Amino acid sequence: MNIPKNLKYAKTHEWVRVEGDIAVVGITDHAQHELTDVVYVETPAVDSHIEAGKECAVVESVKAASDIYAPVSGDVVAVNEELSGAPELLNQDPYEKGWMFKVKISDPGELNELLSPDNYAHHVGA
Amino acid sequence: MHGTNTLKRTPLYAAHLEWGAKMVPFGGWEMPVQYSGILDEHAAVRERVGLFDISHMGEFLAAGPNAEAVLNELLTNDLRNIAVGQAQYTLLCNEHGGIIDDLIAYRIEPSVFLLIVNASNIENDFTWMNARASQPVVLDNLSDKTAALALQGPSAIKVLPEAAKIPHFGVVRLVVLGRQCWVARTGYTGEDGFEIVCDASDAPSLWAGLLERGKAFGIKPCGLGARDTLRLEMCYPLHGNDITEETTPLEAGLGKFVSFDKGTFVGKDELARQKQEGVRRKLVAFKMTVKSPPPRPHYPIFSGGRNVGEITSGTQSPTLATGIGMGYIETGETKAGGPIEIEIRGKKFAAVIEKKPILKRGP
Repeated sequence: MNIPKNLKYAKTHEWVRVEGDIAVVGITDHAQHELTDVVYVETPAVDSHIEAGKECAVVESVKAASDIYAPVSGDVVAVNEELSGAPELLNQDPYEKGWMFKVKISDPGELNELLSPDNYAHHVGA
Repeated sequence: MHGTNTLKRTPLYAAHLEWGAKMVPFGGWEMPVQYSGILDEHAAVRERVGLFDISHMGEFLAAGPNAEAVLNELLTNDLRNIAVGQAQYTLLCNEHGGIIDDLIAYRIEPSVFLLIVNASNIENDFTWMNARASQPVVLDNLSDKTAALALQGPSAIKVLPEAAKIPHFGVVRLVVLGRQCWVARTGYTGEDGFEIVCDASDAPSLWAGLLERGKAFGIKPCGLGARDTLRLEMCYPLHGNDITEETTPLEAGLGKFVSFDKGTFVGKDELARQKQEGVRRKLVAFKMTVKSPPPRPHYPIFSGGRNVGEITSGTQSPTLATGIGMGYIETGETKAGGPIEIEIRGKKFAAVIEKKPILKRGP
């Protein structure tokens, strides 16, 4: 299972890449594997405010709809428009082309609540 | 919630793990939902061939001089219409015409019938049928000692050439890979193919042997996920979702499987009344006409801005790459081509009522 060393992780299986005051968010390799074939992605609206730990997006496979939780709080500054036409990017490339949205971090302290790669690996039993 | 330790396992449980299946609870059983992926397995069945474990389904034998008469009083279709070696889709209804189960009846000897029923209804069906048999009859529940495989897809015939002579909805006793089986040309996918009923102990070698034979034809082991998307594209109802004890064959559009001229049967009075007076709701098929999240069971259906029903089955169609489903809506709003809307998480998305099946096939 792929758990990149340069990312932070939420227990709910989202990853965060910090770029200055922006957090790029997606779902982990473990998550995409558990969700199976993704056929629809509902991202949060640009300019909407999201709260850490709250539902902010939905990923749907053939079998089920799964909520995605905001790993940090802040305003959404960008979403991955490509996912609308190619939701399978979440399966194929969850950490790069499959990124979901970018959020302007309102409380950098929240980043400390996220898991390190090692702790996330432990969390999913890898 | 049932823990996984209370779930039953088919004789192919070890084979599923070996093939990398993701296992899920279904109807009291721990079953493979997918191996390589639902979309991949779905495409294999539509284009080539797939192999399913359907051992969770129940098998009953009804035998004896009264078997036909007894079953004809319990089931809605008319068994007098099938000869030895033929199969028939039929329904088990309660006194209110509610559907206890849907099943396929196979006449395997002049007075011996094999019934294949849904996994979650085995005990209920068997108890019901025993309690209401009007004459002496042998009713045997073979489910625990019997396994079943479904070999489905346009290339199924290449994997099982010895079954080539079986007509559509035919059934024969056949030796497959050295094992005695009942092989029927039936299925739940809309493709050509076979359902193979065998002794539970023979299932692992048949599973392995058919996958080995099928290699040259691109066979894939397939799980319940693909089984569901395949059947829904064909609008085959799923008991527990699209048909239940609260719905009747006439509401579900299954009237052609109800014989009103065969004599009495359980549910006949109420069904005859419904046929005469008309039903208040009907099971329709629909297709999304805009990009939307996949429709799912219980999402509300709107017509002309009014809530007229709800979804009973829905998914993203792998073949059509759009949302599809079925649901009950008020009679009067059920015309094919009619525009409807599906409410998904508070938003309405446009859809159209489709003539069944949703997946239109060539001649």
